[in-house]
Amino acid sequence: MTDSTYWWKLAGKAFGVGVLLFLIAPIIAIIPLSFNTSSILTYPLEGFSLKWYAKFFADPRWWTAIKNSLIVGVATVGIATPLGTLAALGLSMTGFRGKSFIIAGFMSPMVVPTVITAVGIYFLFSRLGLANSLSGLVLAHTALAAPFVVITVSASLSQLDRVLLRASASLGAGGLTTFWRVTMPLIMPGIVSGAIFAFTTSFDEVVVAILLTGPEQRTLPRELLSGTRENLDPTVMAVATLLITLSVILLLVFTALQQRSSRLVDKDQ
Amino acid sequence: MNETTSTRFSIKAAGFLLILPLVLFLLAVFFVPLAGMLRLAVEDTDLSSVMPLTVEAIERWDGTGLPAPAVYDAVAVDLIAAKETRTAGVAARRLNYDTPSLRSVITATVRRLPKTTSTGTDWATELPAIDPAWGKPEIWQAIARARGPWSDFYLLSAFDLRRDPGGSIRAARDDGGLYVDVLIRTFIIAFTVTVICIVLALPAAFLLISTGSGVSSLLMIVLLLPLWTSVLVRSAAWMVILQKNGLINTLLINIGLIGQPLELIYNRTGVLIALTHILLPYAVLPILGAMRNVPRNQTLAANSLGAGPLRTFFSVYLPQILPGISAGGLLVFILSLGYYITPLLLGGAGDQLLPYYIAFNTTQTVNWGLAAALGSVLLAATFLLYAAYIRVVGVQRIGLG
Repeated sequence: MTDSTYWWKLAGKAFGVGVLLFLIAPIIAIIPLSFNTSSILTYPLEGFSLKWYAKFFADPRWWTAIKNSLIVGVATVGIATPLGTLAALGLSMTGFRGKSFIIAGFMSPMVVPTVITAVGIYFLFSRLGLANSLSGLVLAHTALAAPFVVITVSASLSQLDRVLLRASASLGAGGLTTFWRVTMPLIMPGIVSGAIFAFTTSFDEVVVAILLTGPEQRTLPRELLSGTRENLDPTVMAVATLLITLSVILLLVFTALQQRSSRLVDKDQ
Repeated sequence: MNETTSTRFSIKAAGFLLILPLVLFLLAVFFVPLAGMLRLAVEDTDLSSVMPLTVEAIERWDGTGLPAPAVYDAVAVDLIAAKETRTAGVAARRLNYDTPSLRSVITATVRRLPKTTSTGTDWATELPAIDPAWGKPEIWQAIARARGPWSDFYLLSAFDLRRDPGGSIRAARDDGGLYVDVLIRTFIIAFTVTVICIVLALPAAFLLISTGSGVSSLLMIVLLLPLWTSVLVRSAAWMVILQKNGLINTLLINIGLIGQPLELIYNRTGVLIALTHILLPYAVLPILGAMRNVPRNQTLAANSLGAGPLRTFFSVYLPQILPGISAGGLLVFILSLGYYITPLLLGGAGDQLLPYYIAFNTTQTVNWGLAAALGSVLLAATFLLYAAYIRVVGVQRIGLG
C-alpha cells in the first residue's frame, strides 16, 4: 500500500467519522436540555432538574396523547402483523406471473409521500364518517406499517432452510404441524421485528394524524408538533428525550433479534 | 404425476389465499383512496350539485353573446332553491376559482332573490337588474366552463394554467407561476439533498466497512438510531440547534467566531440541513451494501499496477459501487419529495414543498379539487421514480438492500 493511498483512506475515514457525528450529535445534544433548570434551550446548562418531566407527567393533555398513541400503536401492530406475515408466507410459497407487481404494490405505501396517503384517506374517510376517529387512524397506520412486516418476515423466510421442512414432512408431520412446530419458531424473530417496525411507524406518525384526528383523538406526535410550533420549551425536549429512549430500546431489541435470527440459521446449517 | 400437479396447485392456491387479506386491505385503505384522489382531481361537480337546472340548460348555449331566457329562468330557480338549502356558497366558491369576483355576484344575487319562485317573472331582465354581471357573457362562460361533471380545470390550475373562453390553454396569472414554482422548488431541494447525501454517504459507508466488526456494529447503531428516531423529534432537535439563540449560534459567538447570530433556520439552509440529516441513512445503507460486494483484492491489484489512489477510486472502485449509489440516490430523491413537517418547522414561506400546498389546500382553503390535482402530480412523479428505482434494485430487494 502506497503512502498516499494510506493518507487518502485516513482522510476518508476521518470524513466518515464527521458524518456519523453529524447523524448522532443532534439527537444526543437535546437530551441534557430536558434536565436543565433554565427554560432557555441552550448550553451551558444552569443546573440539574427534573421539573420539566414533572410538568410533562402532570399534564393530562400529554397523558391523553400517550393513551391514544398506545391504543393506535397496539391496534396497528395487532392488524398489520398477521396481515403482513400471512402475505410474506404466501409470497414465499409460490411464484406466479405478476408477483413482482404484487410486491411493488405491497411496498408502495412506504414510497408514496405520507401526505398523499393521508389526503386520499381523509377525502374517503370524511365521506364515510371515519375521520376524527381512532379507528380511522388505525386503518391508515396499518396500511403504512404492513409493508415493514412483509419485509422483515420475508427476510426471515428467505433464510429458512427448506430441508427442515422436508425433514419434518418425512417424519410424518402434516403441513400445519410443520408450520406451527418448525416454520413459526424459526421466523419468529422476523415477525417480532416486523411488529416493532409497525409499532414505531404508528407511534411516530404525525401527518395522517394531523388530518384524521380531532382534539379528542390527539396522539403523542400530534401533541408534540403543537408543542414544537407553539411553545418550544424543555417540556418538549423531555418528551423528545423519552421518545429517543424508546427508539434506542426498540433498536437494541431489533438488533438482538436480527442476531438471534442469524444464529438460528447458523445452528441449523 | 397427477398427485404432484394437484399438490402444486393447492400450494399455489394456499399462497394466493395467504396474500389475499393484505391485498384486499391495501386496496380498500390505500389504493382506493389514491384512486379517489385522482378522481377528485378531474371531477367537477360543485356547480352542478347546486345549480343542476342551469348546468343542464347552458348545454344548449353556443357560447357567444348571452344565453336564451330559459337559462336565466334556470339560474333563478336553482339559486332560489339554494337560498332555501343554504348551499349557494358551494357554487359561489367554484365560480370564484374560475373568475375572482363571481363569489360576490352569486351571494349578492342570492340575497336579493325572493324566497319562492313565482311564474311570470322575466328573469332575463330581472337578473341583470339585480347584478349587471348577469348581462355580460363572462359569467355565463364561467358557468359553462364549470358545468362538469369532468374537467381539467384543477389539473391545469396545478400547473398555473387555465382555459380561455375559446377553450385554448393559457397562463392563469400574469404575475408568473405559483405551483410551477413550487414544483421546481421541490425538485431543486430534493436534488440538492440527494447530492449532499451521496457525498456524505460515501465516506460514512467507507468507514463502516473498514472498521473491525466490534466497532462496526457500534457505528451501525449510530447510523440506524436516527432512522429509528421520529422525524418530528429530529426536526425539533434541529430547531433547537439552529435557532437564533440556539446551540450553534451560542457556541460560535462564545468562541468569538461570529458577532451576530447566523440565520440558520426559517430559510433554505435549515430545510437542507434537516432533510439531509433525515435522509442520509437511506443513502448510506445501499452504498454500504454495494461496497461489501467489491472484492478487496481488486483495489490492491490496481494499486500494485501503479494506479494512484484517485485513479483506483474512480476507475476501479466507483464503477462497482455505482448501483448502490444510484439506488441510494433514487431512494433519497423519492423520499425527499414527500416531506411536509420538516420544511414546515425549519423553512420559511419560500421553502415549503409541494406536500405543504397539498395539505394547505385540503384543510385551510378546502379546495379539494386543487389539493387532489397537486397530489396527483406528486403521485405521478413518485411512481415514475419508483419504477426507475425498482429497475435499479430489482423488486425482490426493495427495502432489503
